[in-house]
Amino acid sequence: MKRNSGLTKRTIGSRLTAAFLAASAAPCLAAHARFNLQQPNSQLGQDIYDLHTLIMWVCVIIFVGVFGVMCYAIVKHRKSVGHQAAHFHENTTVEVVWTVIPFLILIGIAIPATKTLIHQRDTSGADITIKVTGYQWKWGYQYLTGEGEGISFFSMLATPREQISGSAPKGEHYLLEVDQPLVVPVGRKVRMVVTAADVLHAWWVPSLAAKQDAIPGFVRATWFKAEREGVYRGQCAELCGKEHGFMPIVVHVLSAEKYAQWVSEHKPKTDTAAVDVNKIWTLEELVARGEKVFAQNCVACHQANGMGIPGTFPALNGSAVVKGPKAKQLDTVLHGVVLDGKPTAMQSFAHLSDVELAAVVTYTRNAWNNKSGEAVTPADVKAARSKSGSAAAPAGSSTVASVLHAAR
Amino acid sequence: MSTAVHGHTHGHDDHAHHPTGLRRFLTTTNHKDIGTMYLWFAFAMFLTGGVMALIIRAELFQPGLQITHPDFFNQMISLHGLIMVFGAIMPAFVGFANWQIPMMIGAPDMAFPRLNNWSFWLLPPAASLLVVSLFVPGGAVAAGWTLYPPLTVQMGMGMDLAIFALHILGMSSILGSINIITTILNMRAPGMTLMKMPLFVWTWLITAYLLVAVMPVLAGAVTMVLTDRHFGTHFFNPAGGGDPVLFQHVFWFFGHPEVYIIAIPAFGVISQVIPAFSRKPLFGYTSMVYATASIAILSFLVWAHHMYTTGIPLEAQLYFMYATSLIAVPTGVKVFNWVATMWKGSLSFETPMLFAIGFLFLFTIGGFTGLVLAITPVDIQLHDTYYVVAHFHYVMVAGALFSAFAGIYFWLPKWIGRMYDEKLGKWHFWLSFITFNLAFFVQHFLGLAGMPRRIPDYALQFADFNMVSSIGAFGFGLSQLLFLYIIVKAIRSGEKAPARPWEGADTLEWTHLPTPAPYHSFETPPLVK
Repeated sequence: MKRNSGLTKRTIGSRLTAAFLAASAAPCLAAHARFNLQQPNSQLGQDIYDLHTLIMWVCVIIFVGVFGVMCYAIVKHRKSVGHQAAHFHENTTVEVVWTVIPFLILIGIAIPATKTLIHQRDTSGADITIKVTGYQWKWGYQYLTGEGEGISFFSMLATPREQISGSAPKGEHYLLEVDQPLVVPVGRKVRMVVTAADVLHAWWVPSLAAKQDAIPGFVRATWFKAEREGVYRGQCAELCGKEHGFMPIVVHVLSAEKYAQWVSEHKPKTDTAAVDVNKIWTLEELVARGEKVFAQNCVACHQANGMGIPGTFPALNGSAVVKGPKAKQLDTVLHGVVLDGKPTAMQSFAHLSDVELAAVVTYTRNAWNNKSGEAVTPADVKAARSKSGSAAAPAGSSTVASVLHAAR
Repeated sequence: MSTAVHGHTHGHDDHAHHPTGLRRFLTTTNHKDIGTMYLWFAFAMFLTGGVMALIIRAELFQPGLQITHPDFFNQMISLHGLIMVFGAIMPAFVGFANWQIPMMIGAPDMAFPRLNNWSFWLLPPAASLLVVSLFVPGGAVAAGWTLYPPLTVQMGMGMDLAIFALHILGMSSILGSINIITTILNMRAPGMTLMKMPLFVWTWLITAYLLVAVMPVLAGAVTMVLTDRHFGTHFFNPAGGGDPVLFQHVFWFFGHPEVYIIAIPAFGVISQVIPAFSRKPLFGYTSMVYATASIAILSFLVWAHHMYTTGIPLEAQLYFMYATSLIAVPTGVKVFNWVATMWKGSLSFETPMLFAIGFLFLFTIGGFTGLVLAITPVDIQLHDTYYVVAHFHYVMVAGALFSAFAGIYFWLPKWIGRMYDEKLGKWHFWLSFITFNLAFFVQHFLGLAGMPRRIPDYALQFADFNMVSSIGAFGFGLSQLLFLYIIVKAIRSGEKAPARPWEGADTLEWTHLPTPAPYHSFETPPLVK
């Protein structure tokens, strides 16, 4: 379903009517995902769904009871119908009753809640463990143990900027699509060990009932066991800066066979980056590749026109660093910018490959009004890296053992 | 009750023991002048924060980025929260405290009049820091009103201005609270024992203790952020041995009682208004006092229910789930008592009563969603979604703000000596009630379906409800201009109010003082039997 972002008056009107009708019909459609939690795709998700339904009904019954009494009073005990005020203002029995009954109801809710919570926090016996790292603003995945061990990649928003700004029609999965989804097998317990590289994030897939804050310097764990194959979507759930709304999560749940096939296709091969380094890149090739890298990694702050956001994110167009010696610019992308001992929003991009870094640096040095005509090669990046010792190690460099040990 | 105590002071009221014009308000130590300034200040901040809310809702009217840049959007959500909590709602209730406490306990003024002046005049500079921070390099704080590091360490100098603003606001609150506690404990009229105090006074006594206890905690939390930002400390920096989650523990140790700092005085207002318009004494006065105190004590013991997804241990999650659910008991008692007060009364439905009943309905919905959110497994699904946004707006807006409206319509005749326009007041109520629900009820659905909070743009399945919510929000915002008109109209040309316009109102300010109330409330204390 494609939808034009330039809504006409008529579609606004009809959508509003639909929404009002839908809202007024809410109670009888309670099971529909529009008015309720998403359709769960795991036993745990179903337990939580049922728990929520139970509490909602308890609340609805009490609400109707209490406000039924109040509405009766509003109708019958009004001055305008000549009702005279009674003068009672105390009744210990009543007070005790309406203290004790809610207490008992709470115990009734707490029992299933406790069971579900204990189940939810039990991350033991996982078939596959995947480390997920939150970055400003993308996710890094690293398969630590189980089938697929050794696979690692980044996953970031795939929705084109034009759709967000409204200059192109919005696609069906607007803002909930990524370049490389997380892939897991159906029916297997997957443990996610969650951390962050810069600020807080939260990894959340509603239909899998998995949400865990990603905390820099700490590793926390959650888990899920998908019951059905399919594509499940979520988002970062903890404010992490400017692009917080633009770092979705997509999980592809595959059958065991398809998963095995995916793993065989994605197992780390011989060093592809090394092959690339030996390739002779022309300036045009680097600029073309670099434009893509820029669009994925840099455009959010520095903007497509290279002008940045005045006062917040510096312009690259005409920038002294970009027009200066390439060593300084390579140092900036490899190590980020630290001002007065504080990290800035310009983080390290050392996790990108030599080719990607060479391409994006070349692109910035030849885009807009920066016409240096000079190519920065992957070999340059490699040399800069070896000088400073920052290897391309996606999703953090901590060892598997230490991560597994630290995750609770 | 004793006979009138105010015979000789009438001429005394208007004459010049105090300067006039601007200097009157700069130098005043009078509880009524200061109360008035608090209320107008709060209203100005309410409009400022409201404009920010409307910028947020305008951006969210449709999917896509239309009017804000994401960074500016984050500044708006952060300042909206800070300004509404610290600039609008808290000062509004301190304004009520200033006006009402001396009159309700039979005192001439507050215990420390000059301190009172100082607590008010700390507010405008603090608010200016927040507003000015929008225009400094890097803009205002864009990390949400909860100010979680490490994001707050990345912010520009707008963050430092916000930290100083919070320091000053905290000082103002602490000074104001000391004043309130001293006034209530020392200046009650003879015969007014603690258990004879009007419930509004009780709620403020409890709130003032909460404020003194937690504002220094907030100051500590933001000071640690300040030193992490500038002086090389690593409280929240894991690379230096710190822990970002520590901030959340400290912040919510302040933040949860803060919720009740806002809600408890609101309970107090409602506990005055409902009996007055039911023409029947408050049901279960003693249990109301104990319920309020229990809520206040419990509020210190539940802070980590805001942190279920941080990965705190299972045992901690269980404890905080049980403790949080427990708050439902005293809160339930209060709602039952209010309904029992109305039961077999002789009800009439002037504007204050309408707002009080609106409060009762909507605050209870907010209470129920609070119970849903207390249950850890459910909260983990709903944490940081629009469900939470809906929940706390039911508590903060339909709870605290509606109760403030109830209080203003209720006491305005006593304050200014003139009546408001009843018909317009009812319009104000119904417009606010309907548009509020339009704006916020649908947000429950958005949260359940998986829309995170604090995002400037959203997936297409959330489009319909966001549009409804934005329309409701604009309606709600515009309805408040009607409120301003009603107040200005009452001040300029309202009908003259009798000493006791509400026949069911029986506290000292109605029974023992003329309307409008004299400049120095009680120069001779009344005798309370």
